[in-house]
Amino acid sequence: MRSRLLSQTMYPLAGVALIIVAWALACWIGNIPTVVLPSPDKVLRSMIIRGDLLLSEGWITLKETLYGFLLALVIGLPLAVAVANSRPLNLMFYPLLIALQSVPKVALAPMILVWLGTGLESKLAIVWLVAFFPIIVDTAAGLRATPKELLELARSLNASALQIFLKVQLPAALPFVVTGAKVAITLAVIGAVIGEFIGSSEGLGFLLLSATSQLDTPLAFAALFALSVLGIFAYALVGLGERMMSPWLPPAAERH
Amino acid sequence: MAFGVIQNVRKVFQLDELGSGALEPVVALDDASFEFEQGDLVALLGPSGCGKTTLLRIVGGLIAKSAGSVAIGGREITRPMGDYGFVFQAPSLMPWRNVLDNVLFPMEILKRNDAAARRHAHELLDLVGLSGFLSARPHQLSGGMQQRVALCRALVHRPKLLLMDEPFGALDELTRMDMNDLLLRIRHETRASVLFVTHSISEAVYLSDKVVIFSKRPARVVRQVPIALAYPRSQKVRFTAAFTAAERIASEALGVIAPVGEEATPP
Repeated sequence: MRSRLLSQTMYPLAGVALIIVAWALACWIGNIPTVVLPSPDKVLRSMIIRGDLLLSEGWITLKETLYGFLLALVIGLPLAVAVANSRPLNLMFYPLLIALQSVPKVALAPMILVWLGTGLESKLAIVWLVAFFPIIVDTAAGLRATPKELLELARSLNASALQIFLKVQLPAALPFVVTGAKVAITLAVIGAVIGEFIGSSEGLGFLLLSATSQLDTPLAFAALFALSVLGIFAYALVGLGERMMSPWLPPAAERH
Repeated sequence: MAFGVIQNVRKVFQLDELGSGALEPVVALDDASFEFEQGDLVALLGPSGCGKTTLLRIVGGLIAKSAGSVAIGGREITRPMGDYGFVFQAPSLMPWRNVLDNVLFPMEILKRNDAAARRHAHELLDLVGLSGFLSARPHQLSGGMQQRVALCRALVHRPKLLLMDEPFGALDELTRMDMNDLLLRIRHETRASVLFVTHSISEAVYLSDKVVIFSKRPARVVRQVPIALAYPRSQKVRFTAAFTAAERIASEALGVIAPVGEEATPP
């Protein structure tokens, strides 16, 4: 137990510490100007001084990320069910979905800004767009990968379509949904930042841009750090959801 | 009339039905006929891929036949009847359910998941020696244990007919012998009729009242061999003359060995 705790917490921490030390040494020995690369202590100081700002802007970015992600779930799951269960719908839209998935969706961000303005709506749309595809594609794949024998077993008992869906297909697809959601949440953070980059007056992405333009590199680094914390937090939320569903999930080793 | 009557059943798979990319329709079954009585255990024996499994699914009402008729207990089978039990080659348990809930799955579908159902599930799991694993998940069990859970699941709704598709084919020899004895014990207690697909000659002879032997695809019934060994059987029966004789007849019908009397014939 003790050695597991050691390897799970101590080693990663030691890795981070090592990198910070190397970073600090590089700044001091190389005498790098703060505008180019601020030393860790300057970033830390900026984080403490601007703590309130980072929190309020981070809260905005987190809201954009989570709302857009939830929107992608709410729209993606029923659509995946429709595409997986109806052959005509599948033939009409599944190839299109796969093709659209390869479009760099952030390239659409300027257009979305034109359509929806610089407020929350455009951020939600961009986040939704990037998070939607992994959710629908993975969920549809999961629904269609239901073991044939389980479907035959249910049919041999004259199960209704609803019973087959609720008791066989949906639980069989859950591990795929979780996988899709994990990919989607990381993309959602990226989507929110891109949205803020392109047109916004708030959020961590905006803060990052304005700090850079004012040559306040320590603040830019602080914003970057806040963004990664936000990303980890959002991912952990999905992980929490996964844990809550774990009675229905097979052990990790058996997942696809 | 016999309990089960399978008459001139033919099955032709159309082009895209199998999804195998075949360029012409595949005749899986060509004129299969045999009968069995209530409580019989009938082995369907034949080479791999000969259409025995297809016949089993037709009897279960899961796929439509192209011609012929299948009547079980006087009912013509055109769709699933809801009161048959299925055991597949793989245990096919639900990884998200524990052992007890896997067994109770048919009762949930049939909306009869009451106290009596749970009691019966417990009895069955006790019978197969898994009463200590009620809340275990499938991945925590060995292959043989998983297949025993699948067997309980197939029996929990007291089916009139048990359809088994090479259920022990993936198990090692010793586990398989155990499972054979377990199946005979269960059959004795539940009095269910059983159709049992296998490609093991000795398993077919050991288990069944009658072995129905199929040819290569397109499958036809080439021979029916009644097995006149008294139940209850034990593994010792494998070393009797009657057992070996039945194996020999089955082997001849399958073309594994030349029929007696023809061995010495010069080509």
